Amino acid sequence: MSGAADDPRARIERLYRSESRPVLATLIRLLGDFDLAEEALQDAFTAAVAQWPRDGLPANPRAWLVSTGRFKAIDRLRRRARFDAALGELAARLDDQVPDPADQDDETLGDDRLRLIFTCCHPALPPDAQVAMTLREVCGLTTEEVARAFLSRAPTVAQRIVRAKARIREDAIPYEVPPPDELADRLAAVLRVVYLVFTEGYAPATGESVVRADLAAEAIRLGRLLAELLPDEPEVLGLLALMLLTDARRAARATADGRLVLLADQDRSRWDRDGIAEGTALLRRAVAAEPVGPYTLQAAIAATHARAASAEATDWDRIVGLYDLLARADPSPVVELNRAVAVAMRDGPAAGLALVDDLLGRGQLAGYHLAHAARADLLRRLGRPGEARAAYRRALALAGQEPERRFLQARLAELGTGPDGGG
Amino acid sequence: MRYLCLVYADEATLNAMPQDEVDALIDETMATNEELAGSGQLVLAEALEQVDAATTVRVRDRRLSATDGPFAETREQLGGFLLVEARDLNEAIRIAGRIPAARVGSVEVRPVIDLRRERSAP
Repeated sequence: MSGAADDPRARIERLYRSESRPVLATLIRLLGDFDLAEEALQDAFTAAVAQWPRDGLPANPRAWLVSTGRFKAIDRLRRRARFDAALGELAARLDDQVPDPADQDDETLGDDRLRLIFTCCHPALPPDAQVAMTLREVCGLTTEEVARAFLSRAPTVAQRIVRAKARIREDAIPYEVPPPDELADRLAAVLRVVYLVFTEGYAPATGESVVRADLAAEAIRLGRLLAELLPDEPEVLGLLALMLLTDARRAARATADGRLVLLADQDRSRWDRDGIAEGTALLRRAVAAEPVGPYTLQAAIAATHARAASAEATDWDRIVGLYDLLARADPSPVVELNRAVAVAMRDGPAAGLALVDDLLGRGQLAGYHLAHAARADLLRRLGRPGEARAAYRRALALAGQEPERRFLQARLAELGTGPDGGG
Repeated sequence: MRYLCLVYADEATLNAMPQDEVDALIDETMATNEELAGSGQLVLAEALEQVDAATTVRVRDRRLSATDGPFAETREQLGGFLLVEARDLNEAIRIAGRIPAARVGSVEVRPVIDLRRERSAP
């Protein structure tokens, strides 16, 4: 690929990256079908490659691509009508239905991107299909890229996408931004998908690396797009703040050779100050917009860490308080575990251990490696190496991610080879 | 990315089809190929003679042998192929879904690999 700035092909290539998703989002609305819209998108860019180097770039490339794609789709349907008469009727209906999309304002086009996001994250689709659809249709990742990011096989991901599209067609899932009475629930589903992509990027459940930066970056891009399209939704701002504040620690989260570094031990001078500043500003807007939801609370916790010069200098009292609020807003054993760790920092390891043991005693999180790792760490700090070793071993048996496993093995090695304790 | 769409169909079914249906299928296949070529997605498309015209070649100990066949036990036989250029697997699947013969038989979509890149050492 030649990189010359004025090379028309390179410009079209760049335009494809920035415009193909918004254009697709509008074409789906105009043509009423994902596959037809993808074909139209392909046709529009093929036409651009043929015409732009000769005629120059149009004044509004996005509108040109939408108009051309729509025209080509109708033309295509007319030609296919020779073999399937129903397509001719569809072509006629599409042809006299819409005003020239070039006349549509930016707001309508922005709404199309929201329509696409809400459709990809529709609750009628299974969660893994929502993630695959969002990454492919909204973010423009290829099926193969989605598969690689989630360590699955491309044919598996492809089938998920094929089934999801069939579902959208068969259930006639409307291509729309949900009405106000449904918006909260539907938005929660969208944010869940974005956060899932982010966590898979930031802390992959399995595999070789501590972070998959590409996925985290895609999630942040999605978060920014949502914040641009829905600037008054507090949890949209809260989630973007949370992702930025978390991602700001990325460089300090692993050593050059891929070993995991815990928050307390991170070199805070390597935290990304710009990311923290942007995240903190967004957090303020989220809190002001009210009501304060779970993502905003988690962002507030991340911001409290970001403010502290060291683990010891952290306002642990505030963090415990925020976890209390979070446990009420979004009760889960993982939140309780995090709260217990914060309590240990505030009141000492014995207080934290009592809470972790209570959690495990209730049969919750028994299969969650981080619960055993947290317990092991508290035992280590209490000078109970035998029990700590046993807990690290249990954590190791459950951990799937290589850097986490190496971290746990290193901690085990530091504790020496004495007898394991009970528990 | 390039993908090979291998079109399989039951030759017995095809042979039993009335000629006007065969003609319609051929017309539609040519129209589809033309459309794919127009959008820059088609590298090559060919239909194949039936398997009774096939010869299988092997070289063992520097001796070439040629035998009839394959006369596979499978119900569907390779009847043609399209080499297509697509952004990803789902685009290739979408193209495969437009192949008229997919309504009669089935299309196997296989990603093409670059052998030079598959080689472990330069």
